[in-house]
Amino acid sequence: MLFWSRRLEERGKNVKQKNMVRWLFLLPNLMGIGVFALFPMAEVLVGAFRSAIGGSWVGVRNFRTVLSNRAFRLAAFNTGRFMLVCIPLLLCLSLLLALGLKRVWGGRQLRSACLLPMAVPAASVVLAWKLLFHENGLLNGVLEGLGAGGVNWMGTSASFWVLVISYLWKNLGYTVVLWTAALGTVSPSVYEAAQMDGADSFRSFWYITLPNLKTSAYSIAVLSLLNSFKVFREAWLVAGDYPQEQMYLVQHLYNNWFRELDYDKIAAASVLVSCVVLVLIALLRRAWDKEDQG
Amino acid sequence: MKRKLLWFLMGAFALIMLLPIWIAVTGAFSSQWELTENLRPVLGNGQGLAKWTLLPQSPTLKSLVQVLLDSPEFFTMFWNSVTITAGILLGQFAVAVPAAWGLAKLHLPGKLGNLYMVLMLLPFQVLMYPEYLVLKSLGLLNTLWAVILPGVFSAYPVFLLTRFFGAIPEEILEAARLDGAGEWQIFRYIALPLGLPGLLSVGILSFLDAWNLIEQPMTFLKNRALWPLSLFLPETTLTDAGLGFAAALLMLIPALLLFGLCQDALEQGLALPGGK
Repeated sequence: MLFWSRRLEERGKNVKQKNMVRWLFLLPNLMGIGVFALFPMAEVLVGAFRSAIGGSWVGVRNFRTVLSNRAFRLAAFNTGRFMLVCIPLLLCLSLLLALGLKRVWGGRQLRSACLLPMAVPAASVVLAWKLLFHENGLLNGVLEGLGAGGVNWMGTSASFWVLVISYLWKNLGYTVVLWTAALGTVSPSVYEAAQMDGADSFRSFWYITLPNLKTSAYSIAVLSLLNSFKVFREAWLVAGDYPQEQMYLVQHLYNNWFRELDYDKIAAASVLVSCVVLVLIALLRRAWDKEDQG
Repeated sequence: MKRKLLWFLMGAFALIMLLPIWIAVTGAFSSQWELTENLRPVLGNGQGLAKWTLLPQSPTLKSLVQVLLDSPEFFTMFWNSVTITAGILLGQFAVAVPAAWGLAKLHLPGKLGNLYMVLMLLPFQVLMYPEYLVLKSLGLLNTLWAVILPGVFSAYPVFLLTRFFGAIPEEILEAARLDGAGEWQIFRYIALPLGLPGLLSVGILSFLDAWNLIEQPMTFLKNRALWPLSLFLPETTLTDAGLGFAAALLMLIPALLLFGLCQDALEQGLALPGGK
């Protein structure tokens, strides 16, 4: 009896020690996250309901100011429109490319060429972008050579497409890699069986490939959404702090408010943006789960 | 026939993708005179259209030599970029790797894993102001720490590494525990070696991210002497186009080298969050 209880005691001590050790692995990181993210995020959340000067409680006034602010509306509209255009475009184009590259000789090398832009620092190609998209630039040279008129890319609403193109350029190869990995999870025997049953390639794509890609499509969409916020880099690099109106993004607005010390507006806008991002992701997830059940 | 057409289309597309990089590379080997001639309509106020030749007409290393040998500003900024990147990578190795191991294998509450996932999903636009408040109260604004520390505590590497570590079979750990290995020893002698491919993948992604930071230094560093290269390049004008291209190439080279050497690891890291 004594022997047993002692062993149990020792085991209990061991488990306890292990518990402590387990937490030691996570603790440094968790503390950092607490200090640099969680704690100040809570502070911002509270700050969004206070006035910047004096810090008195103002309820939803800051939110009202932000939502009626013309610059915020413009930036939110542009960012939203950019996402609505770019993400579906990116997902479709990269899926087509992934399917195409699977079928051609040297597909791996071609895929590397498409992936390379993701490794290229945005600042390294800023001169190339300026050269391509300037009113007197190479793209207009090609267009004029083809008999089409030149476009004032940076000075008119066409600047939106500069954003779209640089986002696609940067993220296309990366998304192709994701799709290729997802396509690789479908076992080839399924396709062989379908072929035996007389399914043509379109049918096997529609009935086998697409349903199998659904789970991956969710994660790819979420990642593309996250990366779409980073397009500010290209916008800022080619057009600076005050770009053409269609290129004005949420980050530009933040920077301006920062310069003018409008901290209450920034706090309210941060809360709004995080709500929108989290709601979007939750909705995407929900849509997917529903389809899975149906 | 159909296959050839497809191949041709894909090839042409790949070439278009490489075009901006080609311009960046050839620009660094062109003479200032040639760049001035070609770029005047874009960077200056010349008439007509800008030109670019597939290869520089008079290739020269002059701009590169000039940047490397007699531009102290370039060295400062290059060094700032190196410090920021190295700081972030070392810090992540010290805190993110053990944290990921803890989350993957040490039965910590699953809610913590979810916390990291949500944090990973928040864009800089949401984290910027909170980070600013902390950095300000810690007195770190306008020091390189202001860029390094938030990078170190990014949730993304933890999330990715947790997935990599999760794939290590539980039996190995059980066997090691039966042999009397402590948790720390298991981490040191089993997790790190077996997780090496994952560490490499995540390291590359973190490197590319840190090397390319723009928003963070722009917001947290007012002192231009602390700026990394990425903030300096867009200020290039016609008269220093050669220097601009050369500096851009020198910034590009480490990224390209890494890409060339570790493309497989990079692709593995990229594909990971897309999996099921």
